[in-house]
Formats: sequence, structure tokens, C-alpha cells
Amino acid sequence: MTNGYAGSDKSVLLDVKGLKKYFPIRRGLLQKTVGHVKAVDDVSFVVNRGETLSLVGESGCGKTTTARCILRAITPTAGQVLLSDNGEVVDVATIPKNRLRSLRRQMQMIFQDPFSSLNPRMTLLDIVGEPLLVHGVGDAQERTDRVVEMLRLVGLRPEYMRRYPHAFSGGQRQRIGIARALALNPRLVVADEPVSALDVSVQAQILNLLLELQERLGLTYLFVAHDLSVVKHISERVAVMYVGRIVETAPTEELFACPKHPYTEALLSAVPKPDPRLRSERIVLQGEVADPANTPPGCHFHPRCKYAHAVCREKSPVLEEIAPNHFVSCHRATELSLSGVARSTA
Amino acid sequence: MPNDTKPLLSVRNLKTSFFQDEGTTKAVDGASFDVAPGKTLGIVGESGCGKSVTAQSILRIVDRPGRIVAGEIVLTRADGSQTDLVKLTPNGREMRSIRGGEIGLVFQEPMTSFSPVHTIGAQLIEAVLLHNAVSKKEARWRGVEALRSVGIPQPERRVDEYSFELSGGLRQRAMIAVALSCDPRLLIADEPTTALDVTTQAQILDLLRKLQQERGMAIMLITHNLGVVAEMADDVVVMYLGRVVEQGNVDDIFHDPKHPYTKALLQSIPSIDSVPRLKLATISGSIPHPFNRPTGCPFHPRCASSIAGRCDTEVPELQAVGEGRKVSCFLYP
Repeated sequence: MTNGYAGSDKSVLLDVKGLKKYFPIRRGLLQKTVGHVKAVDDVSFVVNRGETLSLVGESGCGKTTTARCILRAITPTAGQVLLSDNGEVVDVATIPKNRLRSLRRQMQMIFQDPFSSLNPRMTLLDIVGEPLLVHGVGDAQERTDRVVEMLRLVGLRPEYMRRYPHAFSGGQRQRIGIARALALNPRLVVADEPVSALDVSVQAQILNLLLELQERLGLTYLFVAHDLSVVKHISERVAVMYVGRIVETAPTEELFACPKHPYTEALLSAVPKPDPRLRSERIVLQGEVADPANTPPGCHFHPRCKYAHAVCREKSPVLEEIAPNHFVSCHRATELSLSGVARSTA
Repeated sequence: MPNDTKPLLSVRNLKTSFFQDEGTTKAVDGASFDVAPGKTLGIVGESGCGKSVTAQSILRIVDRPGRIVAGEIVLTRADGSQTDLVKLTPNGREMRSIRGGEIGLVFQEPMTSFSPVHTIGAQLIEAVLLHNAVSKKEARWRGVEALRSVGIPQPERRVDEYSFELSGGLRQRAMIAVALSCDPRLLIADEPTTALDVTTQAQILDLLRKLQQERGMAIMLITHNLGVVAEMADDVVVMYLGRVVEQGNVDDIFHDPKHPYTKALLQSIPSIDSVPRLKLATISGSIPHPFNRPTGCPFHPRCASSIAGRCDTEVPELQAVGEGRKVSCFLYP
């Protein structure tokens, strides 16, 4: 297998193969399809049991669409999403709708905005208890007990369960969202920008909670984020996306210390470091992200890449393993020496 | 801050409150700081700390039911005279000539701060005509030049486009062009890069730095992102619940923070160059709702070094602790 993570004794929980999601562009009276927005264009990766894989990239790179395809919130255009469910491997992308609901117990989502993702007319008991109700778990008393347990788990007081979301702060609401996602004991938790709407001091609390819950419950996270410092903090492996494709996947420390793709290098260099003594010459990418409806030929990144050669304009690079577990999709990956982020000794 | 230069803008004991039916919200409660000419002042704080209301107070655009209750905002004009902006009528002639003229403003949301039914050019030209006695033709030429100076490609064509035809980064550049079209001496940038991706953010920060060098204007950069402050600011003001808790030059704030809030804030951010998956230090609790502000020091319920009987009853004043350094905390006499 060349598209994932090999040489590990951990077993694979999620195996995404050749995932594609094209949105048609329709024009005119007859709504003829005139083109496609290639939001996700041949994405493959694996997530092992108990690990955290982060998908990073800028807005429009397809990271959220990938996450939504995996949960089958939207149906992918092509590709496989293989989830191992009690020793049996099922393809989430093609499974009939009537079997989908039972499968959804295995995978839950934590949303970005804790203000709009909770129904203001439902109490905490209803919100956290709803997944249990939908999946017909237990009777009313058992469900209430489970809600109490979940609220304690995420650090909220169970006495609050008759209250409505408006009575809680952003950080507390995000805890409610986490409690709801974990109520069914899922294996895979997809967290789409779970801390980006929170204040810095609260963000740290939620990140700590996510790490703690992972350890206690053996959760597997697929973490979608744009903030590289947060990603570095939470993940074991990182996949960098650019215009619908994965350009680089590597273990976290390796990716940050020695990136192999020029886009990863530029992305790392663009992050402002919270230390005035580290003000350095940044790589400022020229131009803008390519339009996924009208992608450039060859490597999608070549118009902005300062290392681009003739071959980059013609041929699309493929994701190749250049070091153990380090996959890069760049024609010049092995010849370039790119700079990462030095680890401070503090 | 050196004593030989007069500050461009001096805010003294500013108090801005919002009078609502439910009660009074003290959004800014006694903030004091100076902006030095040609320098960048970073104002940092989390939501509800009053950083945006401070900017609105300086520009006199505080929305009702809010108003400035006390304090001074002294602007040193180009001719050396001083004007207290608090004493001016918000919509009077003088304030209107300062707002958008001597003080430019860049908002956070480049999408919503432009009118969708007017072209970028129309909005630029409007600003130029308001503040300068020039012909429409001259104003248009200045508008195109302003777009060129912020690095917008093909400004002659872009000037006739609408804001929705531009990408987020270009839109923020156009916003900066409008703010700079009248050569402000102070640019107030309220979260200018928060809605942007990191690579676009890097482009905009670079642009601001370049423009500052070319024009020698002062920038007041309001942000919650400590990384942005570390990269851009000369001096930093840290705010919490409407008060300045600490101020100093950027190196001191990041390498020798004094106030417990500043210390805690710096420890709680995951850094791109730190060890992964280590437990982060956190600040306990959350920011209180402005209706029920704690008594005494606003930070004391979350503070690890709070002194019982003192921090919960008395409000600490902002006091000098060394060269250009001020802290409001009882730990520093």
C-alpha cells in the first residue's frame, strides 16, 4: 500500500481510498452542467485506532468536505471509506441507507461553532440525550443516568442538565457538544475546527479535555483545523491538503521539523510565532489559492511555488513514501531541503 | 516609550459604558495608554475585554446605547496642537475630518464592511472627496494609486469591481487602501487578519509593515492573536474586562510578563515550536459576563496568586514598574 501508514502494529480503523467529491456547476435555463468544483480530488489516508490524525489546510482546500464524506453527511462522488466495525470492514461511502444509522453510532462529530450547533430550545438533558433517543438506547431513566455521566465526564455539573444552552459560556457549550458526540460511545470522533471559535484561555481547556478523553476512552480523532499550533499540539500525524489533494502526510514532529513539500514549508513559515525574538524573514506566498473549479495543470501548487520546474507544470505528482510514514506529493521532494520550525529548548 | 516625543494619541482613564434595560455594561472601565508616532501599539485581550470598544471610542463611533462616560483621548495634530476627541461632537465637522482623515480604520470583516451595491472605486473615491478638495478625476486617480500601493494587481480594472468579486485577501487590501487613501497618521486595525488564512495573513501583515515604513504612520493593532502581536508590535497593552492590566515593550511583555493574567495567557497558547501533546496550562474558569463584574481586581476569581481580603475588595491602579512598564496588580507595589 502506498497511500497510507504502514509498519505499525496498531490496527487500522479508517481507511480512505481515492475519495472524490465533485460539485457540479450548473448554468443556464436547462441547468446544464458546465463544470465541476473538485472539492476533494483523489484523497487517500488511513487512521489507526487510538491515534489523532489532523487534516490541515486553508479555507477551500477540501478538508471539511473530506470529513463530511467520511461521515457520509454528503455522499462522495467516488472512492471508498472503509471503517472497521467489530472486525468487519464496511464501506461507509456505499453502504445502503438503512444500515447507515447503526454505523453512525461508531462515528460522531464535534462542530466548530458552539453557538449555532446547539438548539436553543432544548435543555442539556435533551441535547446530550438525543443521540441515545435516536438510537433507542435504554429507557428514560437510563438515558438520564447516561447524560449525568457524560456531563461529569466533560467537566460540567449534572445539576445544570435542565438548563438551556444560552446560560453557558462558549467553552462550556463546546463541552456540551463533546458530551453529545461521546454519548453513544463512538470509536471515531471527527472534530471540525473544535476550538477555533473559542478564546485563547478557553481553547487550552478544551484541548486538554480532548486529549484526556482520548486517553480515558481510547478514542480515535480525525481533527480538521487550520491553526497549525493547535494541530501540532493535538495530533500524532498530520495530513496537509491543498486544493482538494493531500500534498504531505507525516508524523507530527517530523512534518513540523522537516517538511518535504514547499506548500507545507510556506504554511509553517506563515504562522506568527508568539515570541518577538523570533521575528524572521517569512516566506510570503504570492498570489492566491487555485480555484478548485479551474485547477492549474500539473501540480496544483506550481503557480505559487518558488521551486517549480517545467515538469511541475505538466505532470501531476503522486503521493510517495520518501521516509518511513512520510508521504509527499512533489516532483522535487527528495532534492529540496526545506526548513521547518525549530523546536525551542524551553 | 521615550519621553522626548509627544505621543500621537494619549488615552487617559477612558470609560465607555452601555446603558441597557438589563443594566449597565462597563465595556471600557478606566483604560489609559499612549500611541507613539510611527510605532505599532498592539492591544491584546480576549473577547469582552473592551479592545474594540476602545477603538470605537477613539473614533467616536460607539453605538447606542453606549457612550463615553469619562476620560480623555488627546490627539496631537499635524501642526502640534492637541485636541481632546472626547470633547468633540461625534458627527461634528472636526470629528468627521479626523475620522477617516487623520485616523484611518481597518475592520475585521472585509466581507461586510464594504457596501455590496457600490464598486470598490466608488467607495474609495467617496473617502478621498470627503477629506480632500480635489476633482472627481483626481480622486479616481488617487483611488487607483491607493489600490496599487496595497499590491492589488490591475488596479485600473479592479477599481470598477464590486467587493464580492474580490477574494478575502484582496478585499482586505482594498479595505486598507480606503483607510490609507487620505494619508492617516494613525491607522487603527481591528483584528485585520482574523478572518483570513495564515498565508494571506502573512501577506497582509507584510503589507502593513511595508506601508508603515514608507509613510511613517502609527498603527494601533487590535487582536486576540498573540503571535500577530509578537510579530508586529513595538509596544503592547494587555486588556482584561475593560481595564489595562499590563503594558510595556513587546520583548518585556513576552519574555518577562508581570501580571498573572499575561503570564497565564502566554502559557495557555499552544505554540508551533513546542512539544506536542503536552498538557497546556489553563486559566481556570471563564471570562465573567460584563453584567456581573467581580468586585476588586477583575481578574481575581481566576487568578492563582490572588490575595484574599485585598484583590477582591480593592481595584489595583496601573502603576509604573520600571522603564516604560506598567502593571495593575497588587503583587507589584
